[in-house]
Amino acid sequence: MKTLSRLGLAAALALACAAPGLSVAQPPPAAVTVPIKNFAFMQMSTTIATGGSVTWKNLDGEPHTVVSTDGLFRSGGLDEGESFTFKFIRPGVYKYVCSIHPQMKATIVVR
Amino acid sequence: MPPEFDRRGALRCLGLAAGTLFGLSGGVLTATPLAQAATRAVGKPLFVQLSDTHIGFNKPANPDVGATLDRTIDLVNALPVQPALILHTGDITHLSKAEEFDAARQHLLRLRVTELHVTPGEHDMIDGTGAAYLDRFGQASGGRGYYSFDHDGVHFVALVNVQHFKTGGLGAFGDDQLAWLKDDLSGRSSSQPLVLFAHMPMWTIYEPWGWGTGDADQVLALTRRFGSVTVLNGHIHQIVQKTEGHVVFHTARSTAYPQPAAGEGAGPGPLVVAPDELPRRLGLTSVGIASSPGLTTLSDTALA
Repeated sequence: MKTLSRLGLAAALALACAAPGLSVAQPPPAAVTVPIKNFAFMQMSTTIATGGSVTWKNLDGEPHTVVSTDGLFRSGGLDEGESFTFKFIRPGVYKYVCSIHPQMKATIVVR
Repeated sequence: MPPEFDRRGALRCLGLAAGTLFGLSGGVLTATPLAQAATRAVGKPLFVQLSDTHIGFNKPANPDVGATLDRTIDLVNALPVQPALILHTGDITHLSKAEEFDAARQHLLRLRVTELHVTPGEHDMIDGTGAAYLDRFGQASGGRGYYSFDHDGVHFVALVNVQHFKTGGLGAFGDDQLAWLKDDLSGRSSSQPLVLFAHMPMWTIYEPWGWGTGDADQVLALTRRFGSVTVLNGHIHQIVQKTEGHVVFHTARSTAYPQPAAGEGAGPGPLVVAPDELPRRLGLTSVGIASSPGLTTLSDTALA
């Protein structure tokens, strides 16, 4: 038992160490969902591949919007359960807010 | 707390109850129970403030915001002396949808008082340009949103602080509107009572939730020489009031749903309360000007 658990721990450690290396080697995902919950975008920074899409889904009882600070994209009002998707065709760093609650801020990185 | 809002239960509980009346004289605020005030000369009712009707909202915090708005309108229509004006301090709709604006307008047409003045909330400007709002309510301001008018010797200013949010989430008026206001107030007698109304609070009640207006101090500086200033807002769905010198600040209840007190919970979203509690959290504010100069009175009435 003791040996087995040691082996398991070693395997877990090996995986944990390998994971960051893998993520660097792999291209960013082509599609990501960012939930909106408790007056926050659940990922402060989201990285996707050029040509990829981000979908925001509002899980709050209060409506939210997704509005880029440079005016590139703007959702309508997203009521509870509603989604908005935007396809990013150019690399860059895109900051966005909820225009109803502008204290809610996050970033999309397109590589 | 029941999972479902009991509409019939809530409607059974709807009824006029005593609120509190606030009189301001020489910058001193005194509270009087509304029942007592009704038997005393407190001046003629100048206007009633409605706020945050959120037509289109249908979640458990209040699945029938049309019914609670109608009940509020019934209270106004039943006042023995009708006020001259109705002010609506924004969030007429929940999602700026055309059908929500159209429904709201039909509810508001039930008011016996026909002169309605409005200023938008951020829920009315979700489309970014505010076109849906301004198409319907923009005539008075020439499509700008902010405007002023005089009634009975009182100067009213409708301001818009939901279009130029500052980083961090506070509302803002913006330079164009501030320049317009400076021009609008210049040349007016300092003894003319001022009523300023906007959607978001014009003093910082709770910054992490954006409950304030970043450049409100510039507006207040322009009003400093006036002897009587009343500042009315909505947005936070509860009554918060303070007096600072000659300025009375007052936020009104919503007619749709309550929100938590500042900092309680994850954010300023709809607060679900027990059905019999809901009418006590909704209501209107009525403001009168007494015949003696500089005396304004504010009273809040809940639906129950």
